[in-house]
This record gives sequence, C-alpha cells and structure tokens, in this order.
Amino acid sequence: MNAATLTWATYAAPSRFYTLAGRLIPWCWAVTAEFCLAGLWVGFAIAPTDFQQGEAYRIIFIHVPAAWLSMLIYLVMAFWAAWGWMLNARMASMYARALAPTGVLFTFLALWTGALWGKPTWGAWWVWDARLTSEFILLLLYLGYIALTEAIDDPRRAANAGALLALVGAVNVPVIYFSVRWWNTLHQGATISLTTAPKMASTMLTAMLLMTIGFWAYSFAVVFARARAIVLEQESEAEWVRTLATGAEKS
Amino acid sequence: MSLLAVTRRDLRLARRRQVESLLPLGFFVVAAGLFPIGVGPEPQTLRQIGAGVVWVCALLAAMLSVTQMFASDYQDGSLEQMLLAPGSLAEIVIAKVFAHWLTTGLPLVVATPLLGLLFGMAAPAIGMLALTLLLGTPILSLLGAFGAALTLGLRSGAALVFLIVLPLTVPALIFGTGAVGAVDGGQSAQAQLSLLAALLIITFLGAPWATAAALRISLE
Repeated sequence: MNAATLTWATYAAPSRFYTLAGRLIPWCWAVTAEFCLAGLWVGFAIAPTDFQQGEAYRIIFIHVPAAWLSMLIYLVMAFWAAWGWMLNARMASMYARALAPTGVLFTFLALWTGALWGKPTWGAWWVWDARLTSEFILLLLYLGYIALTEAIDDPRRAANAGALLALVGAVNVPVIYFSVRWWNTLHQGATISLTTAPKMASTMLTAMLLMTIGFWAYSFAVVFARARAIVLEQESEAEWVRTLATGAEKS
Repeated sequence: MSLLAVTRRDLRLARRRQVESLLPLGFFVVAAGLFPIGVGPEPQTLRQIGAGVVWVCALLAAMLSVTQMFASDYQDGSLEQMLLAPGSLAEIVIAKVFAHWLTTGLPLVVATPLLGLLFGMAAPAIGMLALTLLLGTPILSLLGAFGAALTLGLRSGAALVFLIVLPLTVPALIFGTGAVGAVDGGQSAQAQLSLLAALLIITFLGAPWATAAALRISLE
C-alpha cells in the first residue's frame, strides 16, 4: 500500500481501527491522568476561595467540564450515527454506540455534582430550574438511545434506528432547552439566578480548562476501548478476529 | 392508495374492536381519578395540580395506544404492501396518525371537562385545558407514531415507546399546562397557545417523514 491511499478513510475499516485505537489508548490515559491531576491541583490548592460561596464552589472544576462534555458527546454521537446511517459506514455506527454510555456518565456526573453544589448554595439538592431540567431530559434522551439500540438484535437495524432517534433528539434539544427556559420564567419568577457568579479568577479558568482536556482525553480512552469491544463482538465471524483470537491462545 | 382510504380503513377496524379502542380513554380516567385519592381531597391542592395531572395522564394514555398503530398491519403483512405502494409513505403515516387521533386523542379531549370538574377547576381554566389538549393530542399521536415505528416488532416495544417518546413531548407538556396556568392566574394565554400551535405545525412537518424513515429501517 502506498502513502497516497493511506488517508483517514483507511481507519474506517474495523480491523485497522482496532489496531490504531489499541495503540492510542495508553496515550489517552496518560493525558487524562496528567491533566486531571494538574487541574485538580490548580483547582483545589492554588485557586482562591470564593468570597460569596466559600469552598463549595470548587466543585465547578468537575461540574462544568462534565456538563460541557455531556452536551458535546450527544452531538458527536448523533453526528457519527447519522454518518453511519447515510453512508452505510459500520465503524461510524459502532463508534456512536460506544459514545453513549460515556455521555450518560458525564450527564449523571453533571447532575450529581450540581446537586452537591446546590445543597449548600441554594439550600436544596434539586431545583426544577431550566438548566437542571434540560440536563435531566438530556439524560433521558441518552437512556432512550441506549435502550433502543440494545433492544434490537440485528446490528444494522439497531444502528440505523438509533441514528434516526439520535437525530430527532438532536433537533429537539434546542426546542426542549428553550421551552424549559420559557416555562421557568413564566412560572417561577427570578428566585434563583445562575448569573450571580463573580468574575472568574484566571487560576479558576485554568483549572477548568485543564479538567476539560483531562475529561476529553478520558472520553477518548474509554470510547476507544468500548468501540474495540463492539468491533470484536460484531466482527466475530471475520477472519482477522479469528486469527487474533487463536493467535493469542497459542502464544 | 389515497389518504382518506387509509384513514377510513383504520377507523372501520377500530369500530370493530370498540372496547379495545376505548381502552386509552379508560386508562386516562382511571389514572387521573387516582390522583385525588392519593394526594388528598383538599380543593386548593387539587385545583393547582389539575391541569398537570390531566396532561400527564393524556401523555401516558397516548403512549399506551400508539404501539397498536402499526402492530396489526405489521403482523398480517399489509404494512409491507404500504411500503411497496406507489406514492409517499409519509402520506400513509399521516392518514394512520389521523385515524389514531380520532379514535384515541379526541375522546380524551371530550372527557377532559369532566376531569376538570373532578379537580374543582374553574370554568375558564377547564375550557383552556380542553383547548390545549385539542392542540396537544395530535402532537402526541405524531410523536408516538415515530416511537411505534422505531420499536416495531420488538419484544419490549411497548415499554420502549414510553422511554423514547416521552422526553420528546416535554415542550408540549410545558406549553399546555403553562396556558392553563396563565388563565388561572388571570393572564392571557396567547403566548403559550401560539407556541403550542407552532409546535404542532413543526411536528406535523417533520414527524411523518421521520416515521416513514423509521418504518423503512424497521422493515428492511
């Protein structure tokens, strides 16, 4: 094979993806550890105490990156699912399925850390505020996608049906977001505002960005690992998987 | 196959199984009737939760019946014939959704004033509740058809529809109950009604095509 044919599409073949992802995973873990440790250190040791919220605010170093990634992963998942559906690219579909559990994890993490922050700051674990409600609905959308793809036995139908659902969900996300916001303003009035945060110190921002990169690398690591497992499962009839399995047994 | 012919066929099928097609209405009344027993009979509380309870029960009742929209046609093979038929599959979906709404959505709207009285709601609020459900139940039928098409023939299809479709119905629920709340508070419900109507139009423009695509995926 010459260099000209070795484009990004080369890795769309499940066998090549399998080897490439296997090589990348340790690096992803290394980046994860490095940036998360640095981010936690800057966030918990260096960043100053907030004069309004005290020490409780420090949870944002986990909360905000998790919330960002929860939304980003949904869009990425919908993108790859749609790609796999329209171009009949199986690897893209498998990748979309591998993304979903990580999205659930970050959505749940965002909700959970939000609750931990809300108790000392607002005095309640949960408030039916616009953002909380739309994040909660995002969790439901993820769960619906996972439930649907797991309920269908045929992998092709599962991938395509999941893609359609993810796309409809992606179209609905802005609608849900704005409806929830209007509902909140119409009903509740301004009892709680999320815009009271003081201007952020630069060390706080640094910590948050470090954590975001760390979480991002973590997502790559686990999604690659999960996608490799899905590849093996769906390609179990293929020649290369058989040689991989028997070769591993011999050695 | 013309649009009306499909609707008429589904309506005739529903008339032959009258009790079965009235089951969602029965569920609606029973579920909404359980709330005063569970929450307690204080008139003030009941009046406050009335609109929300009726709306949520309507959501659940609609989801309960949508799996039947394609199931029998799928079993006897006529759904495959509809896929092969010339003309747009989305049109057939619209016709079937319309029949579904006439047999299950409309009875809910008709029964709503009665439930409003049970919850001790004021007359203007009851009227607004019925109006929002009149606009809202077609949205539920359209979105439910999408869920039913995706889960066609699956073992756990009926339960999946709830998980898949209910998050998508949240905007309708918010604007529907919001309109009743506005009337109850002495304000104009114009904004919420307009948004609900806009939602109906957008859903009508998008959902039948998504449902048609889902049917093709499921029957591939």
